[in-house]
Amino acid sequence: MWPVTKCNWRFVVSGAGGGGNDVQWCFSQVKGAIDDDVAEADIISTVEFNHSGELLATGDKGGRVVIFQQETENKSQSQFRSEYNVYSTFQSHEPEFDYLKSLEIEEKINKIRWLPQKNAAQFLLSTNDKTIKLWKISERDKRPEGYNLKEEDGRYRDAATITTLRVPVFRPMDLMVEASPRRVFANAHTYHINSISVNSDNETYLSADDLRINLWHLEITDRSFNIVDIKPANMEELTEVITAAEFHPHQCNTFVYSSSKGTIRLCDMRASALCDKHSKLFEEPEDPSNRSFFSEIISSISDVKFSHNGRYMMTRDYLSVKIWDLNMENRPVETYQVHEYLRSKLCSLYENDCIFDKFECCWNGNDSVVMTGSYNNFFRMLDRSQRRDVTLEASRESCKPRQVLKPRRVCAGGKRKKDEISVDSLDFNKKILHTAWHPQENIIAVATTNNLYIFQEKVN
Amino acid sequence: MAGAEGDDSLYPIAVLIDELRNEDVQLRLNSIKKLSTIALALGVERTRTELLPFLTDTIYDEDEVLLALAEQLGSFTVLVGGPEFVHNLLPPLESLATVEETVVRDKAVESLRKISQEHSPVDLEVHFVPLVKRLASGDWFTSRTSACGLFSVCYPRVSSSVKADIRQHFRTLCSDDTPMVRRAAASKLGEFAKVLELDYVKSDIIPLFTALASDEQDSVRLLAVEAGVSIATLLPQEDLEALVMATLRQAAEDKSWRVRYMVADKFSELQKAVGPEITKTDLVPAFQNLLKDCEAEVRAAAANKVKVFCENLPEDSRETIIMTHILPCVKELVSDTNQHVKSALASVIMSLSTILGKDNTVEHLLPLFLVQLKDECPEVRLNIISNLDCVNEVIGIRQLSQSLLPAIVELAEDAKWRVRLAIIEYMPLLAGQLGVEFFDEKLNSLCMAWLIDHVFAIREAATCNLMKLVEKFGAVWAQNTIVPKVLGMANDSNYLHRMTTLFCINALSEVCGQEITTKHMLPVVLKMSTDQVANVRFNVARSLQKIGPVLDSSALQAEVKPVLEKLATDQDMDVKYFALEAISVLALA
Repeated sequence: MWPVTKCNWRFVVSGAGGGGNDVQWCFSQVKGAIDDDVAEADIISTVEFNHSGELLATGDKGGRVVIFQQETENKSQSQFRSEYNVYSTFQSHEPEFDYLKSLEIEEKINKIRWLPQKNAAQFLLSTNDKTIKLWKISERDKRPEGYNLKEEDGRYRDAATITTLRVPVFRPMDLMVEASPRRVFANAHTYHINSISVNSDNETYLSADDLRINLWHLEITDRSFNIVDIKPANMEELTEVITAAEFHPHQCNTFVYSSSKGTIRLCDMRASALCDKHSKLFEEPEDPSNRSFFSEIISSISDVKFSHNGRYMMTRDYLSVKIWDLNMENRPVETYQVHEYLRSKLCSLYENDCIFDKFECCWNGNDSVVMTGSYNNFFRMLDRSQRRDVTLEASRESCKPRQVLKPRRVCAGGKRKKDEISVDSLDFNKKILHTAWHPQENIIAVATTNNLYIFQEKVN
Repeated sequence: MAGAEGDDSLYPIAVLIDELRNEDVQLRLNSIKKLSTIALALGVERTRTELLPFLTDTIYDEDEVLLALAEQLGSFTVLVGGPEFVHNLLPPLESLATVEETVVRDKAVESLRKISQEHSPVDLEVHFVPLVKRLASGDWFTSRTSACGLFSVCYPRVSSSVKADIRQHFRTLCSDDTPMVRRAAASKLGEFAKVLELDYVKSDIIPLFTALASDEQDSVRLLAVEAGVSIATLLPQEDLEALVMATLRQAAEDKSWRVRYMVADKFSELQKAVGPEITKTDLVPAFQNLLKDCEAEVRAAAANKVKVFCENLPEDSRETIIMTHILPCVKELVSDTNQHVKSALASVIMSLSTILGKDNTVEHLLPLFLVQLKDECPEVRLNIISNLDCVNEVIGIRQLSQSLLPAIVELAEDAKWRVRLAIIEYMPLLAGQLGVEFFDEKLNSLCMAWLIDHVFAIREAATCNLMKLVEKFGAVWAQNTIVPKVLGMANDSNYLHRMTTLFCINALSEVCGQEITTKHMLPVVLKMSTDQVANVRFNVARSLQKIGPVLDSSALQAEVKPVLEKLATDQDMDVKYFALEAISVLALA
């Protein structure tokens, strides 16, 4: 069992009307189709705010990227923040077939990462299993008018009537948002890409697959540098894979990658060109009393994220979220149980493959609260400073504008209290894998299977 | 001017203008490339008032169109009415200097730098400098990076108050929030320093250099190294120690290997910039450290510089420094764990012998060459062999020949055909240095063996190699040693080898001269015209065409013509084709 000191706030949830933390979350918007039968292509596979929070991008299994834009502040409704509306939709990846390996390459968008803004246009990287693409999203509000040889509607003029030359003139038009592919970074990954991360130097980024991490220059597509390679000479000896990787938010030379064995390695690119030797290894010794057949599976890290200030990193494994101080390698500084009540259900979760679900996690703008998803369309808010947590639900039932989300509680065994949900009635097909937090404000985006919920802080 | 000449002359221009906004990128690109034609037809007035405003708004276009536009505008001065109106070109170039695509921005900056020279001093202050300031204080870093490249072109030609202003703007950019801008500033720091007055270099540039060289971003620090080299060339010798050396020393020991790599890569320039005294006191130990660096990339970059560094050492102490400081490091590198390091070293190590003279070479360098000749990596061995000429001049190649031979034989039989190809290319050089006797004895059989290699590229290179050998050793040698062997292959059972005979004859006929060609080669070629493989037959036709000019006319008429005529009636159409071609080229019809 986890240390007692951490248990005594684990299930502290204030009564109805309160919240796990001081913020009261209320419904803002839901995107996506309402009908129950879900098209495979519509399943959301990644959610990401840009650096200002003005834009929110989602990627789906159909290879599409949808970008939502926050409407500019409306003074008459100042108590309620503006909504996100569709800004641009484009097909980022198409299904492909690798004829040499006889492999289908899915179009599913695995990750989206925004680049820091460099001019009036916005740029993002999107990736499927094999190919990373750099997209430019730009606005156009002028178009040229005036031809010499034809009318604006396309009818040709009699060439004999041309006596003077006309130079076209730009005239205002309705705003048009264009997404155009600028770079395609292909053919560098043998295995499936699980992460991309832009460096703070603004000119390089990394891409990680199961066994390797490559470093790219954003303007160079025909070569990348391999910086980590954990592929053993003999694949039979393979014992772990890379599950996620991220650059430090400020130190351009530092990145981390997590493994299926529950460890995180921090590498310093200054030390050498090939980062096979890590400079720090974050690992918590396993509690022998807790060991079971599933120990290794549930300790696999599904996501790793640096805090905005760069001091901490957060990892998500199957049952918990851990916060690590970069200066302390032997144990996390904080451990939060996400859904400890599932520990007794691991066998059935193994049978229905749910145990392999890759939950992501995210920080709020000032690193005081973290969020991650669970089953039954529940998601968890873990308040670090107040050591409180709350479970909320993204559901159609609480979809009224500005409706405050009620905390949910799961009965962990024993007698079920009023308002509690029994573990057996949780729906494991409804899971929240992908969430995102606005970089400055209390606005969150939560992806259920094919819907995107946007919640925000209730402002009185 | 427009309008006056009527429809005929206007039509093509009208098409060009319309295609500026065609849906097809290629057509737009064509139109942009003929922008000067359009401008000429419109006249200077309309170019200024209509065409340029249109182009200023065209920034939504594809990169290649924008790139072409940025380039065109750099030579547009005449078309807008000469230097008096050149500032009209600034608005479109300003908007191009803010696009996200680096190549376009760089081209726009290049054009801006070009037209800045066409501004009068007054226009420069009234129009150009404000543009630079606008870019330098732009919201987006794309415009600020572009600004960095424009300071140095306007600085020398403006009044001192504006100069102060420009320096201030440059300072601001050096401490910009985004690493992109700091990188751009760092890369232009040296260039900007060159146009500044020496006092300002000391008071302004040095602090900026020191700050950039200790930037938190590796990518900024490594660019500062290059700037440091340029700045060092500007400063008087006595100021170097106080102003730049501390920073440069720090760069050579930077925590990041990329920065140290940059120092190693720029080492020769640095050496020239700081002069002999500082080289002795500072650079020699720094160079030793780089040669022993823990990162292979750094060691390889430093190893590449060994020759130039040693050459440029002050003459009075050169030999001592090399023998006591550099050579021990070099000895370690010979057995480095990384093959790139060893091969970088192998490409320069031989040239040390010219600097060290005969005795040192025999005593100290020769053992190293011999180790490298036995290296497991073929590239290392090749690099040694390809530089043999340096050693030959100092100690003669004989000293090496005993070890050379096994190395050459091993490379000649390497499993990778590219390695075999590389060694073939050095054969003529080796033959020249080892002499004909040694060659006949040891290497001739290798050269012949390549002729029957199973890779065509090797057979082809071997053919070419024979030609070069004959050029070196002469026709008599050819007749005695290689021609019999080549002609012998004409009876080989493998048609590929029979064709090799033909290819060799093609290559050799000219260098061997008329007599050998007519007496020995021609009969073989003619005999092969009845070969049962069509590929051989049409190559006979091609060979005859090739060697025809070497033969005299009687041989052509009496022997070549009947054979070609017969081949021209061959049942294979390729044979017919090449026979007819040869007949017409040799004018035998």
